[in-house]
Amino acid sequence: MRLTCPLCGERDRREFYYSGSDDYLNRPAADAPVEAWDDMLHLRVNPAGVTKDLWYHETGCGSWLVVTRNTVTHAVLATELVAARKGVAK
Amino acid sequence: MPNLIAKSALAGHAPVTLAGTTLDEAHVGPITSIAVFPGALDEVNARLGSFPAPNEVKGNLIWTGPEQAFLMGQAPDLAGLAATTDQTGGWAALRLTGPKAADTLMRLYPLDLRAAHFPPGTCARSPLGHMQSILIREADSFLILVFRSMARTAWHEIEAALQALNARAAAGL
Repeated sequence: MRLTCPLCGERDRREFYYSGSDDYLNRPAADAPVEAWDDMLHLRVNPAGVTKDLWYHETGCGSWLVVTRNTVTHAVLATELVAARKGVAK
Repeated sequence: MPNLIAKSALAGHAPVTLAGTTLDEAHVGPITSIAVFPGALDEVNARLGSFPAPNEVKGNLIWTGPEQAFLMGQAPDLAGLAATTDQTGGWAALRLTGPKAADTLMRLYPLDLRAAHFPPGTCARSPLGHMQSILIREADSFLILVFRSMARTAWHEIEAALQALNARAAAGL
């Protein structure tokens, strides 16, 4: 499996650390009800198809990526920087 | 204060030459990390001449991450624009020179290091085995930077890969 880091280019899977669903990017407001926090931490869909996950380019440039991939075909469809998505400088 | 003797990370390791390819310690001098503060890239660019793009070596600047580079030498004053930290003592540098250098390192790095794909002036943050490292392609050699604490492990890994290639060449494989 290979992932294309938007900065470093196409790299081997062993350079990356898998963190989990990109749900972790959607933090509830600090005063949100406890159910919202529970959902963010624990409630996951388990799709047969397209899913979005967080990967860390651990032994590469140290960037966090959102990787869109298909759990049925194993195709990696897209990668983007979390920093770019949030409008933060890279 | 006693007069201490400065030792390089790989002091005592004589150069190894196998299959016409030489592994040696490199003495690269001072290393300064430049981590650009948000929004200050243009100004740092102007101050340093230019800032390297990802996987690029530009003059004495080596790209090491998002808006981060290693400057091989003393950094100019970039107060307010970037965090500059002295990294000199933290890194060990190894140099592999010769016709089998790329083949040797391709046994350890998950990268295509053939000249067409990884030409001089290119660098990569990529693992050497399981070690964090910075790999730099020079005119006819590779410069490998690893954390100083991993210097001897890196040397051992590269020497073992070189021995294996040498044995295959001797056996006509």
